[in-house]
Amino acid sequence: MPDRFLPSEFIVNVDHQRCRRCKRCILNCGFGVFDFQNMTTADSSKCVACHRCVVFCPEEAITITRNPLAYREHASWDVELRKAIWKQAQNSGMILTGMGNDKPWLNIFDHLLIDACQVTNPSIDPLREPMELRTYLGRKPDRLEVKLDSEGKIVLENPLENNIMINVPIIFSGMSYGSISLNAQRAIAIAAERLGTLMNTGEGGLHEELYPYADHIIVQCASGRFGVHSKYLNAGVAVEIKIGQGAKPGIGGHLPGEKIGREVSGTRMIPQGTDALSPAPHHDIYSIEDLRQLIYALKEATGYKPVSVKIATVHNVAAIASGIARAGADMIYLDGFRGGTGASPAVVRDHVGIPIEIAIAVVDEQLRNEGIRNMVSIIAAGGIRSSADVVKAIALGADAVAIGTAALIAMGCRLCQKCYTGNCSWGIATQRPELTSRLDPDWGAERLVNLVNSWSLEVKEVLGALGINAIESLRGNRDRLRSLGLDPATNEVLGVKPVGK
Amino acid sequence: MDKSSHALQREEEVKTVELDARRFHYRELNERIKSLINSGYEEIILNGVNGQRYIGDGLVHKVRIVINGVPGNDLGVFMDGPFIMVNDNAQDGVGNTMNSGMIVVRGHAGDVIGYGMRGGKIFIRDDVGYRTGIHMKSYRDQVPVIVVGGSAGDFLGEYMAGGIIVVLGVGVNSGKIVGHYTGTGMHGGVIYLADSIDQSRLGNEVRIFLVNDDDVRRLEALISEFSRLTGLDVSGIDPESFIKLLPASHRPYGNMYVY
Ligand code: SF4
Ligand code: SF4
Repeated sequence: MPDRFLPSEFIVNVDHQRCRRCKRCILNCGFGVFDFQNMTTADSSKCVACHRCVVFCPEEAITITRNPLAYREHASWDVELRKAIWKQAQNSGMILTGMGNDKPWLNIFDHLLIDACQVTNPSIDPLREPMELRTYLGRKPDRLEVKLDSEGKIVLENPLENNIMINVPIIFSGMSYGSISLNAQRAIAIAAERLGTLMNTGEGGLHEELYPYADHIIVQCASGRFGVHSKYLNAGVAVEIKIGQGAKPGIGGHLPGEKIGREVSGTRMIPQGTDALSPAPHHDIYSIEDLRQLIYALKEATGYKPVSVKIATVHNVAAIASGIARAGADMIYLDGFRGGTGASPAVVRDHVGIPIEIAIAVVDEQLRNEGIRNMVSIIAAGGIRSSADVVKAIALGADAVAIGTAALIAMGCRLCQKCYTGNCSWGIATQRPELTSRLDPDWGAERLVNLVNSWSLEVKEVLGALGINAIESLRGNRDRLRSLGLDPATNEVLGVKPVGK
Repeated sequence: MDKSSHALQREEEVKTVELDARRFHYRELNERIKSLINSGYEEIILNGVNGQRYIGDGLVHKVRIVINGVPGNDLGVFMDGPFIMVNDNAQDGVGNTMNSGMIVVRGHAGDVIGYGMRGGKIFIRDDVGYRTGIHMKSYRDQVPVIVVGGSAGDFLGEYMAGGIIVVLGVGVNSGKIVGHYTGTGMHGGVIYLADSIDQSRLGNEVRIFLVNDDDVRRLEALISEFSRLTGLDVSGIDPESFIKLLPASHRPYGNMYVY
């Protein structure tokens, strides 16, 4: 049997008339597709369609096409299913993949429509009037008690919990050093600072070089406790307990030893070259009471900084979220089943969890019904692709959203889904120095700032159309959403009426 | 140098203070401990401790804390330096995610001891519960150590990535020194047991070895330090008869995937 049992997915075509043999493609391709023997040659079988070569070829001599090879159609046996079987028949193991769920599940955001003012209620012109996107993350008091002081001034009687102010209701999601490069993290940190928002370390610790951005960083404490120590916990503005991740609910993580070089080893505080295995659960958390114990251990260690708890959205997410709020968390980070990852078994990424839209709605509803919505801020992530998704997520009940994949796309990522190989041609999901050095943090930061500013403008425009002048007034305002093409049961769960009603 | 022994080595002239802990909720107690440290006390003796959690949480100071009474869960969590002596039993989560320092318990301890611990030492005179030393790891010159005088429950050293666990089994019936699933997912570090055990108590990822001369020297040093600090009589213990558990592979899950 030939080694190459599976046909190439993509065909790399070099136009030799145009090619001036500069060999840039050889340098740029992280997957080793190109070679040079008198002329540029390409091994299509290695190509992942990341477009790095296409962008960097000065002559536009390279085209990448899908292999047009015909497969006999079969509505039940999708070609991808057949390919998976071929792969697993050849080498036994779980199929690994990167990025978020790529299956064509119903996308609820795309079935929600936003209201606008006409005639009877005036819209607001965001160019003329101030629009407030500022958001405070953290626990809000049950009630405000005020009294008059000796000079007759009104003063607050009950102390307020620590809250974090962000200028836009968009933060960057947790992406660890190890899964992405330090330059990618730097870019995100610079952008978070410029935007007045937050980034999140992910579970890989905090590199020394990022400590200056600590006022814009949430540090994560995950099951492997990598890089978690007193100084780290105190560095950021908040600590996040990572219970789960949308791309891989309920399972641990394995960062292979090849990716644990000197720098990553220093930040994770594990020896170079060893696999970083994150256990599936935190073994000190088997119950809500245990979660409370860790939340308060972190608060004690940090002088009562806000604590966020990140969970993957699963079937009974509402009850879990209620437990998290009652356990003392200040924020709940919901990661939907479309959330990205550096590496996950495809079976879990594609089939486990529930959509973020549903999770936001049911969690918001549950917390309101219990009268404890003020106890936590809800951060929604895992499938936020545009400013429209931001508006819809907040209208469904989120306080803010987090973006990961969108941020990487802004920095060049082509969603090739090969992050787990560590060969990312864009210098993002890799630790190979020749690849990471090509991602200039300032360039990346500028693109991230541009993206978030663009979305902010769009959110303000939509708010104006809604006749709302503060993002707070949109939160949980499901009456300003209608659904198109969703079944009645889903509408009910979402708390959204169908169009026309 | 081992950071943990600093407090012991100090000869005299230690600035000591006693505190009656009975009146305090943990939050207040820990605030007081911090302020005592900030005002220069090097030894704090807590009397009447009764279940207050998080004592020593996140402390990075070279301080000695003596606890008379039973401290609550997560004693010394995220701790990075102090020496804690407990003259009684301790509960769950002793030395959770500890970075350096030392905790000595002159009694039993509960579950999840030394979870994710990266450095320092934990000595428990008697028995420990389930899940001890899960995901311990070493880093550079930091080698975490847990020594248990009695027996350990199930899941000892699960996912262990580095460091040393020693179980002395004093007063424990033969074959019962550890529970089941010992060393499951272990991929680094070493576990020493004073008594041999049935293979059925081991995870798939560990193998049993005999101790060598280096192991014996290391054990002798640890056991004598343990005995000195916990007061346990270790006269019947012979390090040469110990068994040693090592991971079968440093990458137990390397072949689980196809691309
Ligand atoms: S750079 Fe990307 S698109 Fe170009 S050949 Fe390499 S893998 Fe294919
Ligand atoms: S980060 Fe890199 S490897 Fe991952 S999907 Fe994007 S381009 Fe591909």
